[in-house]
Amino acid sequence: MKLRLIVDGRPVALEAPPMKRLLDLLRDDLGATGTKEGCGEGECGACAVLLDGELVNSCLVPVCQADGREIATVEGLAGSDGTLHPLQQAFWETGGAQCGICTPGMLMAAAALLARDPAPSESAIRTALAGNLCRCTGYVKIVEAVAVAARRMRRASPRRRAGARRGPVSRR
Amino acid sequence: MRGDTTGFEVSRPRTLARALAELAAGERPMPLAGGTDLFVALNDGRAPAERYLDLSRLAELTGIAPLDGGLWLGASTTYTQLLRSRLVARRAPALAAMAGTVGASAIQNRGTLGGSLGNASPAADPAPVLLAFGAEIELARRDGRRVTRRRVAAADFFVAYRETAARPDELITGVLLPAEALRGWRYAYRKVGTRKAQAISKVVAAAGVRVAPRGGRVLEARIGYGSVAPTPVRARAAEAAILGRPLGPQSAAAAADALLAEDIRPIDDLRSTAEYRARVAGRLLEALLGELGGFSPRLAGG
Ligand SMILES: Cc1cc2nc3c(=O)[nH]c(=O)nc-3n(C[C@H](O)[C@H](O)[C@H](O)COP(=O)(O)OP(=O)(O)OC[C@H]3O[C@@H](n4cnc5c(N)ncnc54)[C@H](O)[C@@H]3O)c2cc1C
Ligand code: FES
Ligand code: FES
Repeated sequence: MKLRLIVDGRPVALEAPPMKRLLDLLRDDLGATGTKEGCGEGECGACAVLLDGELVNSCLVPVCQADGREIATVEGLAGSDGTLHPLQQAFWETGGAQCGICTPGMLMAAAALLARDPAPSESAIRTALAGNLCRCTGYVKIVEAVAVAARRMRRASPRRRAGARRGPVSRR
Repeated sequence: MRGDTTGFEVSRPRTLARALAELAAGERPMPLAGGTDLFVALNDGRAPAERYLDLSRLAELTGIAPLDGGLWLGASTTYTQLLRSRLVARRAPALAAMAGTVGASAIQNRGTLGGSLGNASPAADPAPVLLAFGAEIELARRDGRRVTRRRVAAADFFVAYRETAARPDELITGVLLPAEALRGWRYAYRKVGTRKAQAISKVVAAAGVRVAPRGGRVLEARIGYGSVAPTPVRARAAEAAILGRPLGPQSAAAAADALLAEDIRPIDDLRSTAEYRARVAGRLLEALLGELGGFSPRLAGG
């Protein structure tokens, strides 16, 4: 089928089989190999991307359901000049990444969390990352990285924080 | 080895009537909702069909809304939508509690109630809560030019292992929590898995009771269990054991005994053993009734 989507802010039009996995479209057709495949069955979160802002495992999404929608992957996090996203910078500094296979998914799950809850508690961070498995770090440094990034992002845009205080951000 | 899904066809109708027409005759396509069950099978090389019917564009299957004094949940309602809905938080918080225990956020964002019902796993988390609410499952099919609908009680929906009361030409369009179930009832839900997230249940249960305002005797009860039989089950013997009695450690213990004796048939499988499941199922019921009745269950040994 003919697909039109926006990937990391860039409009893309291409022909693809409708039941092809979004993961394969990203990696094979678009060459965006930042998104990883771990388990291929929804368990590990290595393939996580945002579909219209919501975290999804791209190994479970047929491309037909991504048609006309916006996809954000790890490849769109850093600035075009290579400046790391605050989350990437914090993972780098705290040792939140070792082998790095889980990292793209961790970053996207964390990005989805911070978009909804700019000041998450540790337990909110752990809940948000619960579908992302890591064999290396033991998670402590990942959780720390997300907290550090959240703090820096709040400092960088205090208006968002004020808005968050007013709104019903945290449900837990 | 990864299953190759690139050869499969999909139709993506925009109306329920058209979707049902595709199921009405001939080589029926398989419904596809959030894909969180289907794509696990497909990736594993187990293709349940060659043709699929994408339900994601059917507005008729979406929405959470009051209906006839009860609550209507479209089949395409995701776990995340249940968690974020103010209506659900106010009128059926046990449903939100359940949604928070399914997979993790990426699964909650995609997995749907209709998909869970269609998949009909005995371990599904929504089923026990729907049984406790006395929910009705709405099914629609095409009858000539007309769309006809019927409702099936959750207790009659799961007919055998992974088999439901839905006919092959029917779609699940939604779930109704009836008005009766939302007035004067209290509900509790608990799940036991290997870890808090991303774990299929070893045992999952929900209980609902309506108690007399004076004296606290149980007037009505509905108890649902998952992962303890070939289908999700209504625990009718356990319900009978508390009817007419006040909720307390004694009636709860009697209900747990009845549950183990008559309602459930747990088995050994890769997630747990029959013995573990039986013990946990009993304790879970006492804990649920304790939560509903405001007491601490007995601390028996063994
Ligand atoms: C990593 C992971 C973790 C999970 N954790 C849990 C968990 O903790 N608890 C739990 O209960 N489940 C869990 N699941 C299972 C799954 O997410 C749920 O069962 C989910 O609700 C399925 O919904 P779906 O929309 O994704 O279904 P789909 O995969 O789209 O469909 C599932 C089945 O239902 C049929 N179907 C779908 N919609 C309809 C309809 N409207 N009418 C008729 N038939 C229909 C399809 O044909 C298919 O056979 C997990 C899955 C994964 C991959
Ligand atoms: S590769 Fe998709 S969740 Fe593991
Ligand atoms: S850094 Fe290796 S899996 Fe997480």
